[in-house]
Amino acid sequence: MDEFPGSEAHPGPDHQEDRRLFLKQSLALAGLTFTPFPFQQADGAEPPLADADKIPLSLSINGTKRRLAIDPRSTLLDLLREQLGLTGTKKGCDFGQCGACTVHVDGQRVLSCLSFAIMQQGKKIMTIEGLSNGTQLHPLQESFIKHDGFQCGYCTPGQVMSAVSCIREGHANSEAEIQEYMSGNLCRCGAYPNIVKAIMDVKTGGQAV
Amino acid sequence: MKPFQYVRPTRLKDAIEAVASDPNARYIAGGTNLIDLMKRGIDSSEKLVDINGLPLKKIEKRNGFLRIGALALNSQVAQHKLVLENHPLLAQALNAGASGQLRNMATVGGNILQRTRCPYFYDPVFPCNKRKPGAGCGALEGINRTHAIFGVSKNDPTQSCIAVHPSDFCVALSALDATVVAVGIQGERRIPFSNFHRLPENRPDLDTNLEKGELIVAVEIPDAVFTKHIHYLKIRDRASYAFALVSVATALDLENNRIKSARLALGGVAHKPWRLLEVEKSLVGQPVSEATFRKAAELAMQGAKAFEHNTYKLTLTPNAIIQALKNAVALV
Repeated sequence: MDEFPGSEAHPGPDHQEDRRLFLKQSLALAGLTFTPFPFQQADGAEPPLADADKIPLSLSINGTKRRLAIDPRSTLLDLLREQLGLTGTKKGCDFGQCGACTVHVDGQRVLSCLSFAIMQQGKKIMTIEGLSNGTQLHPLQESFIKHDGFQCGYCTPGQVMSAVSCIREGHANSEAEIQEYMSGNLCRCGAYPNIVKAIMDVKTGGQAV
Repeated sequence: MKPFQYVRPTRLKDAIEAVASDPNARYIAGGTNLIDLMKRGIDSSEKLVDINGLPLKKIEKRNGFLRIGALALNSQVAQHKLVLENHPLLAQALNAGASGQLRNMATVGGNILQRTRCPYFYDPVFPCNKRKPGAGCGALEGINRTHAIFGVSKNDPTQSCIAVHPSDFCVALSALDATVVAVGIQGERRIPFSNFHRLPENRPDLDTNLEKGELIVAVEIPDAVFTKHIHYLKIRDRASYAFALVSVATALDLENNRIKSARLALGGVAHKPWRLLEVEKSLVGQPVSEATFRKAAELAMQGAKAFEHNTYKLTLTPNAIIQALKNAVALV
């Protein structure tokens, strides 16, 4: 991050935090105004559940055990973003077609938008927020920055989570293999060549992922 | 999404009773197709019976066949030693489907039971006989470029369905003569793969011959000699992560450069995996040559019928068959 202190294209940590805080506050205000129900669905037709009808859920998220009460209809993605404020995991299509919502469940990459939260009882969830070691970025995060593996950045958390698995699964042995095994993560900016370079670099560098 | 009740039984019997006794109950395993359908309001089950607590994950060699548990994940099957040793065609087909993430979620049973990706089935604005029998078919006069060319109802197509089965895995299972093991209230039964999925006819809402409440517990693939000359060819709109326009699963056993036995099935062309038994028979005893494969492809296309936007499949399909057979025997 030191290479781009506070530039427009790559704002430094302080700017990012400011922007996130602003977004969260804006969303909270918008929420108060337009969405009275925490579980309002896109179609808006179905009522929210009363608290009494929520189901208890225990799971670990980024190493922290959580005990929650959830609507059975809630996807893991919505639980992370709406209930826990972990907005690093992105909602792209919400139908399993883009990979932006990729997280690790018990060490395996999955799509959180096509996972009911209630089915994750006792599981270990890892999101992009849990990948770095404090302020020390994960080697793949470093590599995405080094190789410019993104433009708008919206798909990046999903790309990085998927890339970690791609290497761990042993499917990063050539550019062609990376392209095939990363095909579930779409990048509409078209940063694919740099994403492949970023993954190849970590793989050939032999760093632990 | 409609509210639903969620239960997670740990005994097979309890799971089956929960679904058999309730017309609005449904099993859920990986959820990759069902959650998608529920979000879009295409499926409105009121009770989900999560079967992930059942011991159905095992992949094992038994006397005469390989048995794959219904809850084995697509990614686990695709890299399993017994699968790669005995039926590598299955691994090829699985790896041609979906993405790394989805293969980590999708189960064997769910793959077999996945529903068509016909855009008219997915869009409630259009009529669809599969969603609502008797409503009509949006695809018949619509953009039907991904649709069927085989097995379309001759009686009244407006009351039927021209959608295709989307699975790659099932095309390979069909070619390898798999058997589906299902358990219901009445006990266990074995369904030959050719009789598992249905043609649409007058009940396009039914994809398979499973009874209400019956649960797939495993698939069994008989021991075979098809480990060397195999190929799964998938033609799609982009290089990866797309459903097949046409796919071909083929397996050959050769002796002195002649075909001793052959297996051939197509995907993306019919309401069910399209096994080509007649073509397989015609290949037996023939020399390995492009001429042989051309003749086979010609025979395979008998009875094909295209709609306005999928006439290209009448050319693409035989070409794909020839290419798959050539790839299987490394004929350049």
